[in-house]
Amino acid sequence: MINIPSTLKISVRALRVNKMRSALTMLGIIIGVAAVITMLAVGTGARQKIGEQIASMGSNQLIVLPGASTSGGARMGAGSQMTLSMGDAEAILKECPAVSYVAPVLGGVAQVIYGNQNWSTSVTGTTPGMLVVRDWQISEGRSFTDDDVRGATKVCLLGQTVVENLFGSIDPIGQIVRIKKVPFTVIGVLDRKGQSPNGQDQDDTIYIPVTTAQKKIFGTTFPGMVRIIMVKAKGAEELSQAQKQITELIRQRHRIGQKQDDDFTVRNLTQMMQASEQSARVMALLLGSIAGVSLLVGGIGIMNIMLVSVTERTREIGIRMAVGAKTWDIRLQFLIEALILSLIGGGVGILIGVSGSQVLSNLAGWPTIVSMSSIFLAFSFSGVVGIFFGFYPAMKASLLDPIEALRYE
Amino acid sequence: MSLIKVQDISKNYNLGDVQVCALCGVSLSMDKGDFVAVMGQSGSGKSTFMNILGCLDKPTSGRYSLEGVDVSELSRDELAVIRNKKIGFVFHGFNLLSRTSALENVELPMLYNGLPAKDRKELAMAALKTVGLSGRENHHPNQLSGGQQQRVAIARALVNQAPLILADEPTGNLDTKTSREIMDLFVKLNEESDITVIIVTHEPDIAVFSKRTIRFLDGRVVSDGHTVKP
Repeated sequence: MINIPSTLKISVRALRVNKMRSALTMLGIIIGVAAVITMLAVGTGARQKIGEQIASMGSNQLIVLPGASTSGGARMGAGSQMTLSMGDAEAILKECPAVSYVAPVLGGVAQVIYGNQNWSTSVTGTTPGMLVVRDWQISEGRSFTDDDVRGATKVCLLGQTVVENLFGSIDPIGQIVRIKKVPFTVIGVLDRKGQSPNGQDQDDTIYIPVTTAQKKIFGTTFPGMVRIIMVKAKGAEELSQAQKQITELIRQRHRIGQKQDDDFTVRNLTQMMQASEQSARVMALLLGSIAGVSLLVGGIGIMNIMLVSVTERTREIGIRMAVGAKTWDIRLQFLIEALILSLIGGGVGILIGVSGSQVLSNLAGWPTIVSMSSIFLAFSFSGVVGIFFGFYPAMKASLLDPIEALRYE
Repeated sequence: MSLIKVQDISKNYNLGDVQVCALCGVSLSMDKGDFVAVMGQSGSGKSTFMNILGCLDKPTSGRYSLEGVDVSELSRDELAVIRNKKIGFVFHGFNLLSRTSALENVELPMLYNGLPAKDRKELAMAALKTVGLSGRENHHPNQLSGGQQQRVAIARALVNQAPLILADEPTGNLDTKTSREIMDLFVKLNEESDITVIIVTHEPDIAVFSKRTIRFLDGRVVSDGHTVKP
């Protein structure tokens, strides 16, 4: 029968005899665990940030862009030709079952004036559906309605950056701003959205009814023309289905024959973002495994010290065997020693890792998230390292010949 | 029934092509309560014999039974149990754990037979009292004299109430006066507690304390009989 409490006591005493050596051995594990925790925290933080950006863009989003035009044999880029219309947008909403909201967009950059302030910003003509497609809330006032779109009223919603630049501390609701010299009434202010995934300030914008944009601000080559159509699918699973349905519908509407190229493209923004989330995940995994290597090196340190310890204590092992220690008594004693080293190292490493990630996010401004699972992972991994690298020395100790061991000087 | 019965045991070592027999067909028996001195020059096979008696080594051939149990075929761990319960060792180099108190040194054999901590301490204190070391239980080996260290070792050998104590030159590192004291202790244990004591020695002065003397030469027993008292 193996007496665990006394074996534990024996192991603890042996470690305390060589305090400095035990501490240095633990250092390897401490660094390893702290590195694993910190790296995973950085990785998780990065992923979370990307996830937030996806959410800020609006989920399950598709964009229908007009196609390329050809002039004199030179093909212009995508979107160089205006081929989409209000009719296309309405048809998508009506005829594609996988689509829940549609927002046609006609916009551009325009100078906006309020009192003696002026500001150049992107002016987006759209429909109320836009706010749903982009998961965007109104923070003050109200949104414009379908009636505003139908009647081409001169009302606008301002982004936070525009409010700050034009109004400062004045309440903008009900004020008149002039966009390209056309007076608009501010009826609402958009919530703060922050940066887009590619670094643009999403709050530097003004929303107006799409019809007003067509008739009063930008003008169109044909009535009802829009630049792009934003689409929200019913769910993440319906995204590719929606993409297919829209493509078929618009090909039909634009009378594009079997062998002709599309004069539009349907782009899946969410998929692109998911790809970048995927790469962040790979990055986190990579960082984590590099840190894991240092944990492994720490484990080799434990093995090294345990082997030295077994050799040094050969006679002690011999005495224990002579008075009746069985194979597993000896084996367990050394295994527990290795385990204590690695678990204490793991515990201290967790503390350092957690506070290290805190310091990192405070000093470098990186978002770091220490998850319970990464703590658990690092701790159990250090335990496994202890057992794995402690086993060979323990094995060696337990298989010594008692006579030889007793004679060892 | 005799406590120890060995029949024709041999121990051979292979040194390259040559086979050396350290022990060549030894047969003898010892009864409970015997006090035996094993004598012989170095290389005579007495140490090999003692290692086999102490279940630290197995004979190449022959049978050895201890208290009627044939131990020559037992496994490593089964031998460890036998050593724990039936045999107490005393070595000439004391072989105590350094940096460990006398009490804990004496408790050591009981760590391996699952006694609760309270009983361990009680029995260890009693064993220390038997060897006359009451009050020294918290001293570490380096705070004790050679004689005291050997007493701790004897207490450790006694503590599991083993019927057999094997002492390998127990006075080898001690002066004459202390040697006498240690031998007196063995005699007392033998007489009062009926413990069988076997000591290996090459000093005739030490051997006289025993009741029976066995001499080894070149792996064989050359004489076996009552110790000649001066």
